[in-house]
Amino acid sequence: MEAFRQHLGLVAPLDRANVDTDAIIPKQFLKSIKRTGFGPNAFDEWRYLDQGEPGMDNSKRPLNPKFVLNEPRYAGASVLLTRKNFGCGSSREHAPWALQQYGFKAIIAPSFADIFFNNCFKNGLLPIVLTEAQVDHLFNIVFATPGLKLNVDLERQVVEVPAGESYRFEVEPFRKECLLNGWDEIGLTMRHTEKIRAYEAARAQREPWLFS
Amino acid sequence: MNTNSNHAPQTLYDKLWNAHVVHSEADGTALIYIDRHLVHEVTSPQAFEGLEINGRKPWRLKSIVATADHNVPTTARKDGIEDPISRLQVETLDNNISKFGIADYYGMNDARQGIVHVIGPEQGATLPGMTVVCGDSHTSTHGAFAALAFGIGTSEVEHVMATQCLNAKKMKSMLVSVEGQVGKGVTAKDIVLAIIGKIGTAGGTGYAIEFAGSAIRALSMEGRMTVCNMAIEAGARSGMIAVDDTTISYLRNRPFSPKGDHLARAEAYWRTLVSDVGATFDAVVSLNAREIRPQVTWGTSPEMVTTIDGLVPDPKSEQDPVKREAAERALQYMGLNPGTPINQIKIDKVFIGSCTNSRIEDLRAAAGVLRGRRIADNVKLAMVVPGSGLVKRQAESEGLDKIFVAAGFKWREPGCSMCLGMNDDRLSPGERCASTSNRNFEGRQGAGGRTHLVSPEMAAAAAIAGRFADVREIL
Ligand code: SF4
Repeated sequence: MEAFRQHLGLVAPLDRANVDTDAIIPKQFLKSIKRTGFGPNAFDEWRYLDQGEPGMDNSKRPLNPKFVLNEPRYAGASVLLTRKNFGCGSSREHAPWALQQYGFKAIIAPSFADIFFNNCFKNGLLPIVLTEAQVDHLFNIVFATPGLKLNVDLERQVVEVPAGESYRFEVEPFRKECLLNGWDEIGLTMRHTEKIRAYEAARAQREPWLFS
Repeated sequence: MNTNSNHAPQTLYDKLWNAHVVHSEADGTALIYIDRHLVHEVTSPQAFEGLEINGRKPWRLKSIVATADHNVPTTARKDGIEDPISRLQVETLDNNISKFGIADYYGMNDARQGIVHVIGPEQGATLPGMTVVCGDSHTSTHGAFAALAFGIGTSEVEHVMATQCLNAKKMKSMLVSVEGQVGKGVTAKDIVLAIIGKIGTAGGTGYAIEFAGSAIRALSMEGRMTVCNMAIEAGARSGMIAVDDTTISYLRNRPFSPKGDHLARAEAYWRTLVSDVGATFDAVVSLNAREIRPQVTWGTSPEMVTTIDGLVPDPKSEQDPVKREAAERALQYMGLNPGTPINQIKIDKVFIGSCTNSRIEDLRAAAGVLRGRRIADNVKLAMVVPGSGLVKRQAESEGLDKIFVAAGFKWREPGCSMCLGMNDDRLSPGERCASTSNRNFEGRQGAGGRTHLVSPEMAAAAAIAGRFADVREIL
């Protein structure tokens, strides 16, 4: 997994609550058997005026000028600012893949759906929870300040408006370590192979029907 | 039993969690053991590929039960899948199954194939006391059996395959108690939609929900699965219901259920899988079953729900600006005006199916409403997609298929179908559907499609009336 330590990037405001993973990456793109190539189809139904299908040349499709990510001022954005319960719905990890492959490194919201939140960490994409009031305030600054960048520092657990305020965020220590170091979680778990075997043996005694 | 006085009273969730901790980190992150891993074609290819690239093998092949459900056509299957991309995905699963040597696979042409959350319990592959995971958010369904069941992403699918474990942090606990008896025509689906209407789609985020109370106890296992299935629509990764006689009798004589000497021992253990008297929850929500009426969603999130005798709400009356804007956007997408009575909304299509409502009891209930009746002329398509091959066969042996067909419904092969429209079954832009599925998100059933979530009985009533109708007036 790609490590995440610190990132300074242009912010794009997606001013909607309950953005679901069907909206982040519509189902027709889930037919892929690969982990890559989802970026051009992130937010497909909002982003393009036509109906997207796998295999299309996305560079030739008509863009929806009203969709915020298509506004020239947000081109190249790498920090997504959004509203509560982001990533609800389907468990598809294609959603964080699509966001990351679009170019996002961090997402800031007042809350995230649990499975999506978890999936982000597995991919080096940092979801940051700030309070509703802080997020509201950031929306105002972003709208008012063309080209606004935010500095996201995982090590220090802060989001900073350059030459402005800074906000502290919480992150579980284990997740933070994994992300800072870009650790392979499976490899980490495999250090506990003996423990897993011992656990399994005890369970097989207690609930033999599960292992027969 | 854990009710002895040495222990503080525990919730069902505490018991399930504690029984699966293999290792704990300093910050409370735990490595938990996974007993059952359900696999389907959409979220597994990248996980299998990851295993291969890293030269890893599945830890315990016997823990895996796999099927192809999301992409499969619901029309005749003997010619295979026409769409080459869907076909590749299903074939990739076929290949991975044989490459890795997974025995319990119900491929597209197996008589037992079906939606992963229907066939797991049907086969007895979901048992009380288990941890059950699947690369699918509706894995919460299996919590109906007092299992700790939750959806995972593809990286975690790979993690479970490689290590039989997952890193997880204990959730907070929420008790949702529904007391009393529901009225005629009010179903498990209405109960869970009413719960979501009350707590909201993020109300359960960060929690594991236990559903309890006399109205939940009174439900069959099928009904309990409907309720737990939609725990995720309330934001909770897991929903669960304690073991009782209904659970135990459902599980007898299923292919994976314990047999012989193991049976009595298993059942004795399962009976301990209830929250102890005096156990405390981080949050408690109560509903009165008598007050629950048939539910219909009007918007693009399951919390945007009202009763059949209600009206499409006016966003202007919403105080919270974020919610107001969401409601305005939803009404625009849904093509609805504030103040419209729900029972005046005309529909184009009807879908009875999905892991929420495609079990035998759902089909019996819908057929009960349709018997001797016809779908309205304005209904372009009404379809029933049984949850599994076995459900389909059972329904046919009871003659339910004949009732559906006589009423003008299409009787199809099992799969996810129009729940998400990855196959050919989908809504066209602007089409309105009465659907027994679980998500009414924008574009979920087809780009521009408009989904209203209802129970199977209410879907049948809508099919007959050509608009939403109160099933209580038909029964
Ligand atoms: S029926 Fe629908 S919700 Fe259920 S597993 Fe299939 S696609 Fe997901």
